[in-house]
Amino acid sequence: MAAVITKPESLLYDGADWDYDKIKRVYDAIEHVALDEMGLNVYPNQIEVITAEQMLDAYSSIGMPLMYKHWSFGKHFARDEMLYRKGYRGLAYEIVINSSPCISYIMEENTMTMQTLVIAHAAFGHNHFFKNNQLFQQWTDAEGILDYLEFAKAYIAQCEDRYGHHAVERVLDAAHALMNQGVHKYPKKRSLDLRLEQKRERERQEYQEQTFNDLWRTVPKPTAGGARPSKTVSERKKLLGLPEENLLYFLEKKAPRLDHWQRELLRIVRHIAQYFYPQKQTKLMNEGCATYTHYTIMNTLHDKGLISEGAMLEFLHSHTSVVFQPEFDDQRFSGINPYALGFAMMQDIQRIAENPTEEDRYWFPDLAGRGDGMAALRDAWANYRDESFVLQFLSPHLIRKFKMFSVRDDAEDPYLLVENIHNERGYRQIRKMLARQYDLAFLEPDIQIVDVDLAGDRKLILHHRVTNGVLLDESDAKAVLRHIANLWGYEVQLVEVSAVSEAILKEHAVTAPSGMGA
Amino acid sequence: MNIIDRRLNPQGKSLANRQRFLRRAKEQVVKAVRDASGKRGIQDIENGEKVTISTGGVREPSFHRSGSGGVRDYVVPGNKEYVEGDTISRPEEQGGGRGSEGSPDGEGDDDFRFVLSREEFLDIFLEDLELPDLVKQKVKQSESHSLTRAGYSVTGSPANLNLVRTMRNSLSRRIALKRPKPAEVAELEDLLREAEDRGEDPEKLREMRDLLERHYLRAKRIPFIDPIDVRYNRFETVPKPIAQAVMFCLMDVSGSMTEHMKDLAKRFFMLLYLFLKRRYRSVDIVFIRHTHEAKEVDEDTFFYSTETGGTVVSTALEEMQRIVKERYPENEWNIYAAQASDGDNMSSDNARSAGLLKDAILPLCQYFAYIEVAAEHNMGLSALGRETELWRTYKMVQGPDLPLAMRRVRSRREIFPVFRDLFAREKAGA
Repeated sequence: MAAVITKPESLLYDGADWDYDKIKRVYDAIEHVALDEMGLNVYPNQIEVITAEQMLDAYSSIGMPLMYKHWSFGKHFARDEMLYRKGYRGLAYEIVINSSPCISYIMEENTMTMQTLVIAHAAFGHNHFFKNNQLFQQWTDAEGILDYLEFAKAYIAQCEDRYGHHAVERVLDAAHALMNQGVHKYPKKRSLDLRLEQKRERERQEYQEQTFNDLWRTVPKPTAGGARPSKTVSERKKLLGLPEENLLYFLEKKAPRLDHWQRELLRIVRHIAQYFYPQKQTKLMNEGCATYTHYTIMNTLHDKGLISEGAMLEFLHSHTSVVFQPEFDDQRFSGINPYALGFAMMQDIQRIAENPTEEDRYWFPDLAGRGDGMAALRDAWANYRDESFVLQFLSPHLIRKFKMFSVRDDAEDPYLLVENIHNERGYRQIRKMLARQYDLAFLEPDIQIVDVDLAGDRKLILHHRVTNGVLLDESDAKAVLRHIANLWGYEVQLVEVSAVSEAILKEHAVTAPSGMGA
Repeated sequence: MNIIDRRLNPQGKSLANRQRFLRRAKEQVVKAVRDASGKRGIQDIENGEKVTISTGGVREPSFHRSGSGGVRDYVVPGNKEYVEGDTISRPEEQGGGRGSEGSPDGEGDDDFRFVLSREEFLDIFLEDLELPDLVKQKVKQSESHSLTRAGYSVTGSPANLNLVRTMRNSLSRRIALKRPKPAEVAELEDLLREAEDRGEDPEKLREMRDLLERHYLRAKRIPFIDPIDVRYNRFETVPKPIAQAVMFCLMDVSGSMTEHMKDLAKRFFMLLYLFLKRRYRSVDIVFIRHTHEAKEVDEDTFFYSTETGGTVVSTALEEMQRIVKERYPENEWNIYAAQASDGDNMSSDNARSAGLLKDAILPLCQYFAYIEVAAEHNMGLSALGRETELWRTYKMVQGPDLPLAMRRVRSRREIFPVFRDLFAREKAGA
C-alpha cells in the first residue's frame, strides 16, 4: 500500500454525495482552469438542479425550459417515459441551453464526480462554443430566446382560447412538418432581435384592435377571376421573391388565405427552427469541444490534487463510455459517434499544433508545430461548422485510427462497393465524403417554391432537386404537401427534378383543402 | 454563477401536452383500450395499461429522402479486411452500415407504444357510459344538508366573527373620521413632557395641552371598533346530493351454474362496481345468492362456494327487499341491482317472481340489470332463441318506463359490449 495518498484537505470533495457548498467550490476551481488556463470565454452560468422526471419533461420540449403546448411534445414524452421506466434507455446527465445566462440542468441523481464532469462539460465546454462559434453568433439571440419563448407560449395559449385548440393545432402541425424547410440559410440584412420581434407583434395586434371596423366586412369582395392581366412569369416570380427555399417564410408572407394569428404561429415556429439551425450543423464540434474541455479540466484538477483517485477513475469510466466508437459490424453501431470523433479531432489538432509528425507538416502546413494547441482549438471552435471542420482538420492519422472506409451503395448494383480505405489514395476522398455527411445542405432535400400564379388558379409549385437519384419518401411527402395545402388554401404540386439533367422524375399533387379559411 | 434548485417546481409540466396527445390519438387509443380490456381479467382492469397504437393519426411527417433507391456514399469506421474495389453483399433490411441515414425521428412506420395511467385508462374505458336515471336521483336529494360559506353578514354568533373584515372596516372608519393614532398621541405626550421639563413658554404649553386634550376626546368619541364595523361569516345550508350507492348482486348458485357462468357473472359485477365507484363517493355491495332459499353472504362465499338445491328466484328478491328495508332506506341510497342466472326457475315460482319484481323491487331501484349467462359451448341451441323460464318471466314484466334491462352473455368477450350496451349514453330522442 505504497500508493500516493493525496491529503484529504486539498480535495475539493470526497465521496459520492453532493451539496451546494461542494458544487460552489468545484465550480470555482473549474472556472479558474477554464478561464485562466484554457482561455475560454463564456456566458454567465446558471446551474439548475432537476429530478429525473423534470429531465424527461425537458426532453419532450426539445430541451427548452419553456415551450408552447402541442401534442407532439406529449407524444415524445410518452415514449421517452416508457423507454426510461422500462430501462431501455438512460437519461442524459445534463441539458444545456444556448441562452444568456447559459442554463445547465444537472440531475439530482448524479454523484459529485458526475456533477463536476457535467459542469465542466456543459457550463464551460458547450457554453464557450455557444458564445464564440460564428454560426451561433450570427443566427441566434442568446439574450432574447427565453423571453421570446415566453411570448410564444403565451401567444399560442391565447390563440387556443380565442380560436380553439383544433384550429391552432392545424396550423402548428403544418408548421412543424415544414420546420426543416423553415430556415434562412443565408444571412439577411439585419440581425435577429427577438425582443424587438415580440414588441413589434404586440404593437401590430394593438393597432389592429384599435382600428377594427366592422363595416369592412360588409364591403363586397372582389369576385374571383378579376380582370387584371397576368404578368409574365419572370416578373411574377421576381415580385414574389421566387424561388424561395424557406417554405415557412414564404407561406407566412404570401399565403393568401391565412389570418394574422396564423401567420404569427408560422413565424414562431420558424424562429424556433432558425434558433436550432446552428446546433444541427455543429453537433460534432459542439460535443467535441465540450468533451475536450471536460477531459482537460478533469485531468488538470486531478494533477493539482483537487480530486481523488477514486473520483478520477469514476470520471474515466464514464468518459470512455461516452467516447466509445463501435465499429461498423458491431451490433451497437449506429453511425459515427459525434463525441468520439469530435473529441479525437480536438486532441488531434492539439497534437498537430504542438507535436507534429512529418505527415502532419505535409497535410497541415499552417497548423503543424504552431505551438499553442489551445489557441488553435479556440480558433477552430469559433470559425467552423461540422462540414468545414472535418474538411479542414480530419488528419490521415485519425482516418487510420478509426480505420475509416467509404462504401458506395448504388441501388442498381447487387453489391455495395468499397471505394476508398484508409490509405494514401483514400485520405482525401474519405475526408471529403465524411464532410458531406455533416453538410446539412446536402443531407436535407433541396426543396424550393418555384412558381405560383396568384392571378390564376393560385396553384403552388415546388421543386425538389434530386441529387444522386434519391427521391423523397413518398407517403411523408404526400402528408407534408397536405399540410402545405392547408396553409396555402389552394392546390399544391411538388415536382422532383433531377439536378443533373433537369428531367422530371416524379410528381406529387394535392388538391385544395375544403373548408379552410378565415 | 447561480445554482437554482428546481426540484420542487411543480411537476407534470408536460401534462397539458399529454392531454393534447391523447385527444389527438383518441380514436386509436380507444380502440387499443377496448382490445386490451377484452384480453385481460377484470381484476386488473384498474391498473394502467401499455397500449400500442398505429402511428397513423400521430405521425409527424417531414420532407426527407426515402430509404431506398439512388446512389449513396457512406463513410464508416472499423475497416478490417477491405481494400478498394471490394464488394460487399447488401445487408438485410435494418442492417448496420447506414452512417448518415435512419429515419428522422427513429420511428419509421412502427407502432407507437406508451403507457396509459390508471385514470386515463378508466376514463377511456368507461367514457360515454352513463348511469341510467340520473334525473331521478337528483329529485331524491332533500334529506341531508350541508353548510357552505355564503359571504358576510352584520349579524351572527361570536364564533363566526370575521376578524379580517371587521378590522378592515374599523381601520377605514378610523382613517375617515381622523381618529388620532395611538403613536401620534404618545409622541405628543412625549413632546409635552419634554417641553414641561425645559420650562417652555406657558402659552405654548397650554396650546399643547389643549391639543392633547382634543386628541383624547376625539379618541374617546370615535371608538376603536364600532358595532357597524363588525362582520360575521355567513353560512347557508344547501341540500347535499346523495353520493352513495348500494349495489345488489344476485346470483343463482344452484348446481346448474357452472364455473364458467359464475366467472361471467363475476366479471359483470366487477365492471358494474368499477363504474359505480367512479360516479359515487361510496358504494356498498350486497351479495345475495340463492338456490331454493336466499342468503346474504360475503364475496368469497358468493363466488366460490357451491350449494345444491332447487332454484327459486323469488327468495332472492325477497331477501333484497328485506335488506333494503333494514339498511338502505331508498331516500338515502341510490340502489342498483344486477342479477345473474342461467335462467332456470321453478315454474311455480314464476308468477311470484314477476309480481315481486314489478311491485316491490323495481320501484326501489335506479336500475335493475338481468344478465343471463349461458355455457360457451351450447351456443347453437340458445342461439336458436329458446327462451328460458326466467327470461320469459322477466320479459313479461319489462315495460317502457321500468328500469329493467335484460341481456344474454355467453363468453368473456361479450361482457364488455353487453355492459356498454346497458349503460351507453342514450342517443338524443331515443
